[in-house]
Amino acid sequence: MADSALRSSHPVVLETQNLTKMFGGLTAVNAFDAQVHRGEICSIIGPNGAGKTTVFNAVTGIYTPEKGRIVFNGNDITGHKPHHIVAAGIARTFQNIRLFPTMTCMENIMAGHHCRISSGLWGTLFRSSGQKREEEETRSIAESRIRQVRLWDYRHELARNIAYGSQRMVEIARALATDPTLLVLDEPSSGLNPRETEELMEFLTGLIKEEDITILLIEHDMNVVMGISDWVIVMDEGRKIAEGGPDQIYHNPRVIEAYLGSDDRQAHQE
Amino acid sequence: MIQEAKRMGREGFFGSQSLFFATLTLFIMYPFVVSDYYIDVAFFFGIYALLGLSLNIVLGEVGLFDLGHAGFYAIGAYTTAILNTKFGIPVLILLPISAAAAALFAYVVCSPIIHLRGDYLCIVTIGMGEIVRIALINNPFDLTGGPNGVYGIDFPSFGGPFVIDSSIEYYFLIWIVVALSIYGLIRLQKSHIGRAWNYIREDEVAAGASGIDVRYYKLLAFVLGAALAGVAGNIYASKLMCVSPESFTFWESCLMFCIVLIGGMGSIPGVLIGAAFISLFPEIFRPFAMYRMLIFGTVMILLMMFRPGGAWPRKRGAAEHPPLHPGKEGIDG
Repeated sequence: MADSALRSSHPVVLETQNLTKMFGGLTAVNAFDAQVHRGEICSIIGPNGAGKTTVFNAVTGIYTPEKGRIVFNGNDITGHKPHHIVAAGIARTFQNIRLFPTMTCMENIMAGHHCRISSGLWGTLFRSSGQKREEEETRSIAESRIRQVRLWDYRHELARNIAYGSQRMVEIARALATDPTLLVLDEPSSGLNPRETEELMEFLTGLIKEEDITILLIEHDMNVVMGISDWVIVMDEGRKIAEGGPDQIYHNPRVIEAYLGSDDRQAHQE
Repeated sequence: MIQEAKRMGREGFFGSQSLFFATLTLFIMYPFVVSDYYIDVAFFFGIYALLGLSLNIVLGEVGLFDLGHAGFYAIGAYTTAILNTKFGIPVLILLPISAAAAALFAYVVCSPIIHLRGDYLCIVTIGMGEIVRIALINNPFDLTGGPNGVYGIDFPSFGGPFVIDSSIEYYFLIWIVVALSIYGLIRLQKSHIGRAWNYIREDEVAAGASGIDVRYYKLLAFVLGAALAGVAGNIYASKLMCVSPESFTFWESCLMFCIVLIGGMGSIPGVLIGAAFISLFPEIFRPFAMYRMLIFGTVMILLMMFRPGGAWPRKRGAAEHPPLHPGKEGIDG
């Protein structure tokens, strides 16, 4: 999907229009316009402090932007609460893994299905048939997701007791358990060793093939960005400075200047 | 109910099924073999167990620091006292009404403060508890009787010939209510609601980002916790036959807090241990009344040093999630 003609034939899943977020006097994100198309892996890159995570937090409802709109599948979701956005179909992970540490991996992943549950307090207290069915369903979805990330044997371990790389996969599985249309990953490879990173890349490309899902990610590891992205958006100082297929970005002089640096480029070519 | 009880036994709530039924038999036998005084001790154990269970929802399950829980207890007790003495409504009919009054109060008061975190929420709830107590002392609309409180509350009844008027009957009333509450709370713990509460306790931001309506579940915890405290207030008011503001001081809130911390946050057997400790301790140490608080403080400090998770922390793991397809385990890796 590297060329933009083919890309634009796919419908837009997420669009930000003139997105602006300020913290006091600091404009973290400045008039940011971007489009993510269905079925692609789209990466946002940029130096530290460029505003990437702020964009993510605005998209997932943790921050309310000062200006601009966020449109998801044709609906304006600007300023909606995080749980509404999850229910609408955007699921995320965090840069510094945020699991529920003293709960089991299964329970962590079951959290994802929560937004699809409709039984209320009375149904639960009196154990209505609908509540029982939903509970079974939650468990079976969590079980299939934990198999998918190959952590079946650890399902009853507390999340804080498993390896860092596995925690990352549990977090992704929790996001997948919400049955999302758009998966938003904030630096999924940070803290992973090269082998784990390799496995993560395989997992994500496999996911795109097998499920009707779109992935938006922030990434610092250039091997990951260039290896799996269909589209790359480059940010610097709160603005979008370039976008294109990985190869275009790789050779764009503005990007090299702002972010990659000449040494980095050499390293990549070797 | 019996089936559920058996399941509870199997799943380690009491260690084993036979231990569960032994405990049950002991509870039923107890009031027939001891004097009225010890029945009353067990009654107050029940009241504290109920109060502990109610605060455990807010503090133990959701991790919200609520040091004003005595306020909800007071609302329940005064609702019963006023409606019974002024309008003659039977006490047992007032039981759900007291619960609803406390729940409504919690909803109204907590809605604007529910977004506060940790110590900020703690301070606001202390203020709320104190405002309730001071309001009761000031005798608004000549309803609460000021510092003297309200006297002459009836024995619990539905208005018919069935009247609870002996220590043994009170004992069974409170412990049946406690048992039903435990039954309901275990169902909640094992459901998506209990899990949602725990997710919020563990990480509020991650809970929101996983699709949990954080505000709704926090409010639900406060409302349910207040309702149970209101029930405790109703039974307490009819047992003492009078209520006064000094029964609902900040100290009561602290005791409830201790019950949950001693037992272990979010652990129902823990609450029972904590309530036993708080209510039986003064009785056991009655001969050394002078040193009672000293011993109490020392025990609390030692407990927090050597068992920071509480006396009976809630265990998580395979026990709570039996595999859906037994026998298929380990095929996938």
